[in-house]
Parts: sequence; structure tokens; C-alpha cells
Amino acid sequence: MSAILSFEQVSYRYPGAAANALHRVCLEVQEGDFCLLAGLSGDGKSTLLRAACGLVPHFHGGSFSGRVSVCGHDTREHGPAQVGAHVAVLFQDPETQLVMSSVRAELAMPLESRGQGPDEVARGVEEVALAIGVDQLLDRRTAELSGGEKQRVALAAALAGRPRLVLLDEPTSQLDPVAGEELIGLLRRLNQEWETTILLAEHRLERCLHVADRVIAMRQGGIAHDGDPRSFLTWASASAEHLQTPAARLLELACVDAPPPTGVRQARKSLRERGLLPGEPQTPAAGLAASPELVASAGAAALPGLAPERRRALARLAGLGRTSLPEPALRMRGVWHELPDGPSILRGADLSVMPGESIALMGRNGAGKSTLLRHAAGLLKPTRGRVQSSGRVALLLQNPGDYFLRERVELEASAGALARARLSDLGERHPRDLSGGERQRLALAIVTDTSQPPAVLALDEPTRGMDRGAKAALAQELRLRAQEGIAVIVATHDPEFAAACASRAVLLADGRVIADAPCAELLSGGWYFATETARVLGGHGGALLPSEGAAAIASLLAGARAA
Amino acid sequence: MRAGALSYRPSASPLHAARATAGACWALSLTVAVVLIDHPLILAAIGAAGLLAAFAAGVGRQVARTLRLALAIGIPIVLINVLVSRQGLTVFARLGDLGPFGQGDLTLEALVYGTVIALKVSIVILICALASLAVDPDELLGACRRISFRSALTASLTLRMVPLLAADSQRLAEAQQTRPDAQETGSLRRRALLLAASVGGALDRSLDVAATLELRGFAGATRVRRRRAPLSRHDLAFAASAGCMLAIAIAACFGAAARFDAYPMLRMSVSTATVGLCVAILAATLAPFISRRGIDPVRGR
Repeated sequence: MSAILSFEQVSYRYPGAAANALHRVCLEVQEGDFCLLAGLSGDGKSTLLRAACGLVPHFHGGSFSGRVSVCGHDTREHGPAQVGAHVAVLFQDPETQLVMSSVRAELAMPLESRGQGPDEVARGVEEVALAIGVDQLLDRRTAELSGGEKQRVALAAALAGRPRLVLLDEPTSQLDPVAGEELIGLLRRLNQEWETTILLAEHRLERCLHVADRVIAMRQGGIAHDGDPRSFLTWASASAEHLQTPAARLLELACVDAPPPTGVRQARKSLRERGLLPGEPQTPAAGLAASPELVASAGAAALPGLAPERRRALARLAGLGRTSLPEPALRMRGVWHELPDGPSILRGADLSVMPGESIALMGRNGAGKSTLLRHAAGLLKPTRGRVQSSGRVALLLQNPGDYFLRERVELEASAGALARARLSDLGERHPRDLSGGERQRLALAIVTDTSQPPAVLALDEPTRGMDRGAKAALAQELRLRAQEGIAVIVATHDPEFAAACASRAVLLADGRVIADAPCAELLSGGWYFATETARVLGGHGGALLPSEGAAAIASLLAGARAA
Repeated sequence: MRAGALSYRPSASPLHAARATAGACWALSLTVAVVLIDHPLILAAIGAAGLLAAFAAGVGRQVARTLRLALAIGIPIVLINVLVSRQGLTVFARLGDLGPFGQGDLTLEALVYGTVIALKVSIVILICALASLAVDPDELLGACRRISFRSALTASLTLRMVPLLAADSQRLAEAQQTRPDAQETGSLRRRALLLAASVGGALDRSLDVAATLELRGFAGATRVRRRRAPLSRHDLAFAASAGCMLAIAIAACFGAAARFDAYPMLRMSVSTATVGLCVAILAATLAPFISRRGIDPVRGR
């Protein structure tokens, strides 16, 4: 087997950095492999991909040692332009990867710049457009494409020269789940039908683990694990909990003695084989070893499988009808947002949020989530309807970098706010040098930095590009804010994050609220708006997170044993 | 006017369907005619032809909106010419002795000539708006890439990035409004900080774009070879219209039918030939819009 990409003892340090971004990396990728690059933010995934295409060190500078060979080219001798003829690269932000105004010109540009003749260019554009499924977009303006379309066009442009290796750096992080799934499906097709080698860095592993042949886990610039998806999940279970997928975590917590599942289907199969799939005949089989504590806790649960917080939320919602209602922190009544020369974005949206309540605002792209939050914060005025709040509405928009104006972190917010955001030690740093999670915490500190806490805290897609550890920390922070009496509203596409931080979910479609229910109800029974745990368990008991799912399984087991 | 309000969008019209070079030549021929001809009636005919062409191309409303800008530029031109020009014999107001500026006599000739200049500027603005809305800049720059690849690509990048950076700045400003200290900092200082942040963001973007260009082989780019594509009926129609328009403009420039002198006294020929010229201009400009065969209603090609 020939290695299409090889790293030999590669170490690299960015200019001015204190530590190596890559540390003695040794790696070989074979032709036709579908490799997944896993790791937390700052562990060196992006740097490894940049080294694989020659941008490190030619474009970024810094100190480099070792050898990277791509399709037989040593990157020390061949720059990105030469390596780029054999390698396609796709980064996170589709906006910066489209350089022309029309899709056809975008696809033609790499071929023209490599000196191909007009007929070859015309053929190349046609071929790649059909292969990637962007032929319907050829005459569209790049500025008018959706995020998913932009990313597909950028991939098509990168593939126009028929490279053998495709490097992707979190290409789905800026996309909604549907567009993300489409892109992963496309990569799988490229790999299966053309034997294109894929090296994909991704945070949401559950989305792509089932299509990968191999997972390379990085930690602090080095390779921590390299193996097939199941061996990776076994390793993650012992060494990197934040890299585990929800399904694998569920089976681990439920102490199901089965190989870690790489997807929902495998997880359900393992549970079914052991008679543990809710809704099916239970025949506890060999290999099942639920801990007595787990069984006991599940048996004690009034609502089987539900976490205490969620039970409290349900109980509170149930109790609201019986007692006198407190004043809502935010009340929106029949809010319309009608564009002067266009359609209505909101069509009579109604929403009430009580103090201390946290809700997840969900819906597909264009459903009106961001517009609703802007109305809540007073950035927009409704063309019809009313918005009332009991105090200030703090709004955190999608890109935390947009909040940073000053040169040092300590100048952006008060010492108290920085201490709460656990950023006191980073006061001297430039805000743009912070990691994704730190940026989000700083932006949150900025918008909530007032003597009086805000009545409502609204966040628009706060988890884009975040790793699972940072998401868990943010969810914890939002739960704390809710406990302090702040009403929290989070617009998100991520059902796992919604389940972790909210007690109630509101589903928007076409500018209207089409569902408003406790998370346990709304995120457990749907096709699309459902967590992986809920999909594994078929929505049983309203379990959304692996810990709740494990408790549900344990209660099932306890019931079966009692019977 | 909103950013991007005058940017090209594919549409099902003969002008959109014609190749960019044909469309650009057609617009250029109208502009040359405006420059060469001073006769107000014929200029009005060109202006009307341009406006009708804009409606025929489906961008009439956007083009008509630019006339507000033309008015804002035209009125000062007329006023300045009336006040500054010392030519013309028909005085309609005397402002007396203006010291170093001499006698402040306002003449009818200066007023009319100022109006003609304003009309010319307005028509040029109208034609430029029509061209930017209906002629594909990428295709046009693609043609330029055969001459200078990098310059044309840089121009393409600018076209792509300016609206993107404008949107970035708008997003930044929106985020700043949600800061609790939005009202505390002085507006001038805040604007300066916002500008610095916008520039920082633009530099970040430029780094990413540079990396993309590097990987797409920009460093080793060579001159693009020409692709011989067959001429469509719309290409031929607009090229023929451009040729006719140039011929009419030259004939009007040297013939008696379009004679117009503002100074020292107004003299303007109005004859059957003048009317004929106006009709010829309207016909030549609008003829390419008659046939709409072979245009895809969605792609505009």
C-alpha cells in the first residue's frame, strides 16, 4: 500500500508562540482511506491539516522540523500552489473560500490558473459540478448561496483539478445539521466512488464516525490514538470522555457489555440483542451488567429515566397552571416582522419566558430564530405585535469576535465579570488570540457585565465550532444563570446542547411557533429534532442525555428482574 | 441606497443573455453617443432609450432610483454653471458687481448649457447603472484575464469582498449595540474602535482568502487562453446595436441635424432629420430587446 500522506517526526511552532502546535507527529494515510481527525480545540488538528497542504510552514512561517510528504511531494521543497494541484482543502468558513462572484467562475478559476485550455476548463467545470451536485447552481451568484451551498461550491472548486487527497477542517461547523449531513454524505460518495482519500477534522463525531475507516485522535499537538472507530471509542471511554459519542456514552453508562457503537443502528442492535431496547420484549441476556446503584437510582425515579433537573422543570411547568403566575421576564405577543421589499420573517410569533426558565429555540435555517431574538433584545422593532420584558435583555449574537473592540481582554469587561468567566488569568491576551470557548465566555461576560443582572439572556447559536468540552461548560454556565433567576433563551440546532441546558423547547417554522413543550417531550419523539440518546431509545421515558438513557435502561432492567 | 442594490443578478432578458463583452460594448456605445452629442432633444432620446432598455431588461425600477442621485448631482452643475459662466447674451438676472468675480450677470445660455451638461451626466449615470445591473462583471473580468490575469482576478476579488466586508461591518455594529456600555463610550471613540475592529476582521478574512488563493494555484497563474464560443442571436443583436449607435453618434456629431450651440446665443436645429435621429436612436437601442428566444427563464441564459 502506498502512503498518499506521511508525517515523519513533524514538530511545528507558530511565530511568537510559546509551545509547539505539532509535536513529533508520525502518521501515514493510505490511498482511499477515510480518516477522521478528532481532538479538542487547540489540540493541533487544524495545524496538522495546514501542514499537510504546505500552508505550514510556507504561508504561516514559524519553526518547522521533520518531513511531510504529500503525493510524493516534500512540502519543504514544494509550496502550497504545487501541493494544491494534488490536494483539495476545505476550511471552516465558506465565505473566505469563494473568491469569485459566480459559481461557474469559481469552479473555472483553479483550472485556469493552472494553465488549462478553454475546452479543458469547460469540461472540468461541467464534470465537477455534476459530480458534486452543484450543476443547478452554476449560474448563481456566490453571494446569494446558502451556507451549505457555499460549502459545496467551495468543495467543488477545490476538487476541480481532480486531487487524490481531500483535507477538511471542520467543514460543517458553520452549517445547519441538514447541510452538514449532506456534506458528509458527499464525502462518503467521493471516497466510495472515486477512492478519494479523505482526512476530516470534526467535533461532532457522531455525525461521521460511521463512515470513517480510521480515527486519529490528537492531544496537545501529538497523536494520542490511531485506530478504527471502535478502538477509538474504547480509547475515548478510558482517556478522553469529551470525545465519546452520545450513543457510546449511553451504552457505557448503562454498563452494556458490547463493543462501543459507532452509530444509532449499532447501539440499537446491541440493546436489542440484550433485550434492553425499550418498547420491545425484554429478555435480559448475558453480557448485561448494570450496576446496582444505577438500578436503584432508576427504581427510585418518579419519572423513569429523567434527570432530577428535568423532573423539576416538568413539575414546575405542571404547577404553573394551578398557582398564580408570576410576571414573565419576556413576553412576545403576535410579533410580525415584515420586510419592506420581501416576505414576512415572523408571522405572529408568541412566546413567554418566566424568570429562571431556560428555553431552547429550535427550527431550520430561515425559521426566524435569530430575528425573534433580535426583537427580544430591541434591535428590531416589530411591524405588528408587542414585545415586553421585565428588564434588560442581554443578547449574544452568533460570532463572539464581533463584540471585541479592545486590545486586551481585561479592557473588554470588569474584573468581576472576567473572574466569573474564568478569564482573569488571560487579562493581558488579545481577545482574538483566545480559543473558541474562551471567546464565547468573554463575549458572554461583556453582554452581561452590568451592576444589575439582565432579566433575559438570549444566545444565538452559541455552540458553532465548539468542541464537546466547551459546550458542556457553556451549558453548565447557562444552568447557573437560570438558577440565579435569569430567563435564558438559546437558539440552537444542536439537540444535545438544548437538552443539556434547557428545560423547555420551542420549535419555530415559517416565523411561527409550531411546538412549545418540555425538552423531554419535544426532543425525544421527533425524526429530526431529537438527541442521539433519544433516537437510540426510541424516545422512551423522555430520556435525552446518555445519563438519563442509562437510568431508563436500568429501570427497564429493574422492572424485568422484578417480573 | 443599500449595499449591493446595483449589483448584477442573472435575469431572463436579452441583455442578461448576451455575452458580457457585447453588453458592455452596447453600453459603451450609448455613453460615447452622450459624450459626442450636445443636442438636448437627441440627448433626451438617448436617456429615454436607456430607461426603456432598463425596463426591458427587468431592472427599470433600480435604474429609475439612480435618477435621484443624478438629480442630486445635476442641480449643482446647473447652478454652478449659471453662476460661473460669463458667456451668453441673454441676461435674465443681474447680481451687480461681485468684486474680483466681475459682473454677476446670469444668462439664459449658461442655464441651458448647464442643463445640457447635467442631462449628459444623468444619462451616463443611468447607463452605468444599467450596465452594472445587467452585464456580468465576472464574465467581463474573465475576458480581461486574457490580458492581465492577476489584475483582473484582483478586481474580481474586490467585487466579491466589498459586499462581504460591508456585511461584516454591519454585523459588528449590531453586536456593539447589544453591549451594555453602548451608550457610555463617546460616539466618536466608539466609531474609531469599531473601525479598528472592522479593519482587524478584514485582515483576518484576507489571510484566509490568501490561503485559499495560494492553494488554488494563484502563485503560478498564467495567461488564460481564449475560448471560442459561438455567438448567440443576442450577442449579435447587441453588437449590431452598438455599431449602429456609434454610426448615428458620429453622423450626429458632424451633421447639421444635431447642431446645437449654447454660446453666445442659443441655436438649436430642429428638423425632420433631428426627429429622425431621435427615432433611429430609440430603434437602434431597443431593437435587441425584441427577440427573447433562447433565454432560460431561471438562468437568464
